[in-house]
Amino acid sequence: MITQEHLGYRAVGRRSDFPAGLGRTVRLGNLELAVFHTTDGELFALENRTPHPKGGTLSEAIVSGHFIYCPLRDLKINLEDGRVQAPDTGFAQAYPVRITEGIVEIDVIRLTDED
Amino acid sequence: MNDMAKKRKLILIGNGMAGVNVLEQLLKISNAFDISVYGDEPYPNYNRIQLSYVLEGSKTLDDIILNSREWYEENGIELHVGSRIVRIDTDKKLVYTSAGDAAEYDALIIATGSKPFILPIPGAGKKGVIGFRDIADCQTMIEASRRVKQAAVIGGGLLGLEAAKGLTQLGMETTVVHLMDTLMERQLDETAGGMLKAELERQGIRFLMGKRTTEVLGGEEVAGIRFEDGTELDAQLLVMSAGIVPNIELAQSSGIETGRGIKVNDYMETSAPDVYAVGECCEHRNVCYGLVAPLFEQGAVLAKVLCGAQTAPYEGSSVSTKLKISGVDVFSAGEYTDRPEHRVLRVHDGWRGLYKKVLLRDKRFVGAVLYGDVTDAPLLARLIREGADMTEELYQELFGGGQSSAQGCCGGGKTSIVQGMPDDEIVCGCNGVTKGDIVRVIQEDGFTTVDEIKAKTGATRSCGGCKPLVEQLLQYVLGDGYQDKGGGKKQGICGCTTHTRDEIVVAIREKRLTSVREVMMVMEWEQAEGCSKCRPALNYYLGMIWPAEREDERESRFVNERLHANIQKDGTYSVIPRMYGGVTTPEQLRQIADAADKYNAKMVKVTGGQRIDLLGIEKKDLPAIWEELGMPSGYGYAKALRTVKTCVGSRFCRFGTQDSVGMGILLEKKFERLWMPAKFKMAVNGCPRNCAESGTKDLGIVGNDGGWEVYVGGNGGIRMKEAELLCKVKTDEELIELCGAFIQYYRETGNYAERTSDWLERLGLEQVKKAVVDDLELRKQLIERVELALAGLRDPWREVTENEKLQRQLYQAIEVTAE
Repeated sequence: MITQEHLGYRAVGRRSDFPAGLGRTVRLGNLELAVFHTTDGELFALENRTPHPKGGTLSEAIVSGHFIYCPLRDLKINLEDGRVQAPDTGFAQAYPVRITEGIVEIDVIRLTDED
Repeated sequence: MNDMAKKRKLILIGNGMAGVNVLEQLLKISNAFDISVYGDEPYPNYNRIQLSYVLEGSKTLDDIILNSREWYEENGIELHVGSRIVRIDTDKKLVYTSAGDAAEYDALIIATGSKPFILPIPGAGKKGVIGFRDIADCQTMIEASRRVKQAAVIGGGLLGLEAAKGLTQLGMETTVVHLMDTLMERQLDETAGGMLKAELERQGIRFLMGKRTTEVLGGEEVAGIRFEDGTELDAQLLVMSAGIVPNIELAQSSGIETGRGIKVNDYMETSAPDVYAVGECCEHRNVCYGLVAPLFEQGAVLAKVLCGAQTAPYEGSSVSTKLKISGVDVFSAGEYTDRPEHRVLRVHDGWRGLYKKVLLRDKRFVGAVLYGDVTDAPLLARLIREGADMTEELYQELFGGGQSSAQGCCGGGKTSIVQGMPDDEIVCGCNGVTKGDIVRVIQEDGFTTVDEIKAKTGATRSCGGCKPLVEQLLQYVLGDGYQDKGGGKKQGICGCTTHTRDEIVVAIREKRLTSVREVMMVMEWEQAEGCSKCRPALNYYLGMIWPAEREDERESRFVNERLHANIQKDGTYSVIPRMYGGVTTPEQLRQIADAADKYNAKMVKVTGGQRIDLLGIEKKDLPAIWEELGMPSGYGYAKALRTVKTCVGSRFCRFGTQDSVGMGILLEKKFERLWMPAKFKMAVNGCPRNCAESGTKDLGIVGNDGGWEVYVGGNGGIRMKEAELLCKVKTDEELIELCGAFIQYYRETGNYAERTSDWLERLGLEQVKKAVVDDLELRKQLIERVELALAGLRDPWREVTENEKLQRQLYQAIEVTAE
């Protein structure tokens, strides 16, 4: 079973560090995230790894509304929950983002897989 | 920051689509203004034409917001929402808000829009009587639908019908009251109006035709309406939708000349100096427009006028109408009622609900009405606007042959290949989809188009090479059923739209659309920000059409063309510098070797195009390795000129008759960086032995004793195809000209992602010959346009190495150290 542990919000930069309509890679210790700045001004964070079995990163995706298109194999992924849209399946871990006085903060979740 | 003082103050009154569009167009070409916006409504700019979607519930308010508050912030625009300007002092150049504040301007744009025309009848001021114009109206309607049951809409025009449909969707018993006997009588004839009425009745809307409303009944709140004939109708909500009135009060009371609207000339200038007006509030050459398309055309002109750039005058818009109600396709342009002087072409199919009428005066197109199938709408709109003459070809296209002009590439008897194929044979090699998988979804899910099969199975999604096979499978399984569907239902360039490539290109030109978002808005994309298919395609078409004016949109490019390197499956990139004509020097090789060492290239490979590829480079190192190399980008990742492969030629080869190396380098230097519909490969050979393999190139040149032979449309990739001989030329000058004309003709007529081999097959060699070789005047024009496109190109690697912000935002990760 996979359990989620919230380690709290960490500041990762200012809103202006994230180009509008695009993604940017953020490394937080061992964790690599793809942070997207959507055209409505919101920010979303996903684990920077495509759910496709052949692997690859996500931060170079094309952004459309609250969806992205995986840069390597065109999977369509919902930024709000990380879910891959049909016909493909799978999901990328999503991390909550909030903005406090112009500073972008990401809730670091640690996933543990205890069998 | 120091130049702040020099900036001119620009004030925009009216925070709607028309005004904000001017700002967007202005920001693309100038940063010389300090901009303030005053808006009545308490929202950022939203897409007013999509209000009907908000009403029917298929979109939320957030979905139709066009410019978020952040957009204003990022562009340094001061936004005052809920703030009304009450007076303009055109002498002192000041505006006054209702709160009594004054603000100075150097230039002022009035874009106050319009308001619904409220019938001047007794009771029109009662609660529950509204127009259908803004978000507040939508909210009133949605609220009312929860409390009361019956609604009446006065006015059976475009907006009234959209409002009625929305109210019906909200569960209200809705009656449309119309003064005339025909719906949309200013756009449709009786037949089309009748078909529309029948369809809307089927969708649950009621109609009272030929009724004049004389009084609104009820106490404080509306309870019903009374007609001239004495009859009454119960309604607890009344929507007045009998037309719009430009908002001119502010301009009028400030001494600016007005008629029905605020009068403007061809440069959007009002009678007051430095005061401009755009959109529904203005009147241009005695016309007030109530549709969205003209405002983009007006905005483009005004943006240029404001920053003193040269611009063609705005000479008015030709408007056509489309109704935004799901399941109802109606189109009208120009004259719509047939009179004795017209030649009328009419098809009316009462069974399928199709109607097409074209009106000619002599041979000239003057009007059209379509119902049910609006495939030909863009073509007709253009023919009418240009006043074109009917020709036999046009007649065939519009009325002849039965099948529409869609990509009918599959003939009748082509199913044999797929028939004999075993079920487990792979059709789509990229995504591992078998014949059995595809047949199953056609049979079980009832799919009838390639797109549906693509969405479910992934077949055709990656390289597209299997599309003909999938089409044949459709035909094999569905038999005649496939032909019917394929002929009657056109496919858009992607799942976001039903518009074809040609319709989009025409709209970009005619409506002067300059950004991906404008195209999607005006052409009513179903997914507001598009997908990975249409975004890069639109970006290409826009750049092709407006090479000088428009800035490329990075966020609509695929990763490779955005980062100018080729992403590999492990997230590293490959770097291929230009090596013109495949010729290098010891010094250059040393540089490449040093760079490969310094940035840990995981592999150094000679490519198929006679150059060197450094693989396994980290994203963050890309700008540095480019700097180190000091060579321009080889575009080995782009839909652009890749490489010009050459043989040694007459400089060394004993067989050589022409200097293929020299010509190859010259052509590569001339056409490098030019964006194309798809990747583009060339070769130049010094003799007919053809060692650089012209037969598999998009443009292959073979030298001989008397000059050059030009071959086009070859492909050595997904689908092998031998290039065809376009022509022979005698001189180097003519060769260069021909290459330019050919490339530009492909750029202008190719579908995005269509290689020259497929393009040539689609157009036919004869047509290409005619345009590029035979018609000297056309050739000259093509060359002029390709030169214009070439003039604005720069090495993208240099652009990045010289721009620190780009390096940071696009190539560097943000590192947050662990606590």
